[in-house]
Amino acid sequence: MSSSGTAPAANSGSPIIEVSGLCKRFGSFSAVENIDLTIGRGEFFALLGPSGCGKTTLLRMLAGLELPSDGTIRIDGQDMSFVPANKRPINMVFQSYAVFPHMSVLDNVGYGLRIDGVPGDEIRRRAEEALELVKLGGFGARRPDQLSGGQRQRVALARALVKRPKVLLLDEPLSALDAKLREAMRLELVNLQETVGITFVIVTHDQSEALSMATRIAVMNQGTVQQIAPPAELYEFPASRFVADFIGSVNLLEGRVEAASGGRIRLACPGIATPIEMEQDRLPAVGSTGWVALRPEKIDITKEPPVEAGMNTVSGKVEEITYLGETSVYHVRIAPDLPLMKVSSANLDRVTRRAFTWEDPVHLSWTSSCGVVLDR
Amino acid sequence: MARTPIGPLEYTRRTWMRLTLLATFVFLYAPIVTLVAFSFNDSRRNIVWRGFTTKYYEKALGNSDLIEAFVNSLTIALLSTVIATVLGALTALLLWRFRFPFKAGYEGAMALPIVIPEICMGVAMLAFFAKVGWPSGLPWPLSLSAIIIAHVSFSFPFVAVVVRARLAGFNQELAEAAQDLGASEWRVFWDVMVPFMRPGLVAGALLAFTLSLDDFVITFFTSGPDTVTFPVKVYSMVRFSVTPEVNAASTVLIVLTVVLTGIALWMQFRQEKKSS
Repeated sequence: MSSSGTAPAANSGSPIIEVSGLCKRFGSFSAVENIDLTIGRGEFFALLGPSGCGKTTLLRMLAGLELPSDGTIRIDGQDMSFVPANKRPINMVFQSYAVFPHMSVLDNVGYGLRIDGVPGDEIRRRAEEALELVKLGGFGARRPDQLSGGQRQRVALARALVKRPKVLLLDEPLSALDAKLREAMRLELVNLQETVGITFVIVTHDQSEALSMATRIAVMNQGTVQQIAPPAELYEFPASRFVADFIGSVNLLEGRVEAASGGRIRLACPGIATPIEMEQDRLPAVGSTGWVALRPEKIDITKEPPVEAGMNTVSGKVEEITYLGETSVYHVRIAPDLPLMKVSSANLDRVTRRAFTWEDPVHLSWTSSCGVVLDR
Repeated sequence: MARTPIGPLEYTRRTWMRLTLLATFVFLYAPIVTLVAFSFNDSRRNIVWRGFTTKYYEKALGNSDLIEAFVNSLTIALLSTVIATVLGALTALLLWRFRFPFKAGYEGAMALPIVIPEICMGVAMLAFFAKVGWPSGLPWPLSLSAIIIAHVSFSFPFVAVVVRARLAGFNQELAEAAQDLGASEWRVFWDVMVPFMRPGLVAGALLAFTLSLDDFVITFFTSGPDTVTFPVKVYSMVRFSVTPEVNAASTVLIVLTVVLTGIALWMQFRQEKKSS
């Protein structure tokens, strides 16, 4: 099994989860506000957002651990909005893993089947299969506190998968693991999902986690969904400044739209001498405020002005340099009262031989199609 | 070889600490050691040692009043422990799980028996049972009902406090995980909550058992003429003279409680070892 990086057959047939008009209020605080969402069969769907954005509340409503204040949740075509958690065809891996400390690993994994009244020998067989699936074969007799954090997580995974749910929910599954294990676990979760073919819905605040694993991502903020898109689309075509800023790193240049026609937009940005020209299908209204969102790696940094025509160019002075190993990020002052522009450039040569250093005058340039113009 | 200087945390190497420790042990255990030693004294008075004998044990075991009081005490302790443990655990769950109006007031009122002087509790119980006209002269285990009720009422808050403290460390996700795997609230309670509470339940039950077994004041006020418990009986015997017979009976009680506590602790230890 390997992760090909392409989306598996998602959205085939009817969606597995349909959420419409979903709200959750705690007193006067609105944790989730009017969310519409459909998740297709076999998708690896991520709910991404900063802490307190309502992503966990949404997940808990899908699990049935919270009841919605308004709206409906349909699972596999059936209205499940007010069905209690123990009657939903959904299982969950909790953030703390919640492995029962007083049961052996095998009893933990078999617990859900025992509740369902599955005969003893079948419980044993299926629990051992599930442990095999998460590479914990032979660990059945162990006690949870004889396991490492990563192994406990696998027990929680096996315990949720053994019931063959229609959807598996994962609440920040990798947040408690150390960095190396987290990387390995990402790939393993993706492979596991392809093996079992169950829809995964994962909650995370880590954008690289969502980008590397999910087939589609919903970015949430303050209880609302900001944008739902596949990872690459989310990165290249963010719908708002929040999404652009939350996913990866971005430079935002504020300006007034001077002209917008034929897929080309011209913006006048205070502090920058020449207007910026960008290409985009969706055109903002002339006269409105727009923001040019540029990723640091898509900007060229050079000593001499660029020779090609049709490039947007600004000049400035290197104020800070952040060395990150494979890349360096240059923070360039282009105008006294504008934020520093971040430009990342691969360290193709040894760092002692790099072309610029502090206080060097530089030219930044980018093509008109490498960024987006945002209107909110 | 030079002595190494005493480190900041090496309290046991300091003289004043050793003296304090010694004094503590003497004050704690000297009376008990005396009691046990003189139960083997071949004398009618507990003053001078006149040689070893076990005849007072025989005498105590042959004293049918004493044996009856002993059986009464054990029965009361056992029954009141069971009821107090269940009631205390449920109270702890209520206080931990739910929010309701006047919760703080309820919590305070519930814990009152811990702080109310025993003598007041005793008088209150006496007045209460007289007022409601609690029947006396019932057949045997029922004749103990007034004492059992009194014991439950002062020992269940101790169980509640201990179990409540244990529940404070409960990870709510464990219950949610069980529910997510298909368990009803009832199954969540038995499969997840009770195993988690078990150490608190054992500790609380032990506390309730010893509280009931050695209670004198409240029992004295609530016991009828024909329901005598062990502490009350010992008191009535001591009023005439402290004979070695009383010592022997007390020694038996000490051994019994120590053994029972030991068994309970060992069971708990085994349980914890099994789950770790």
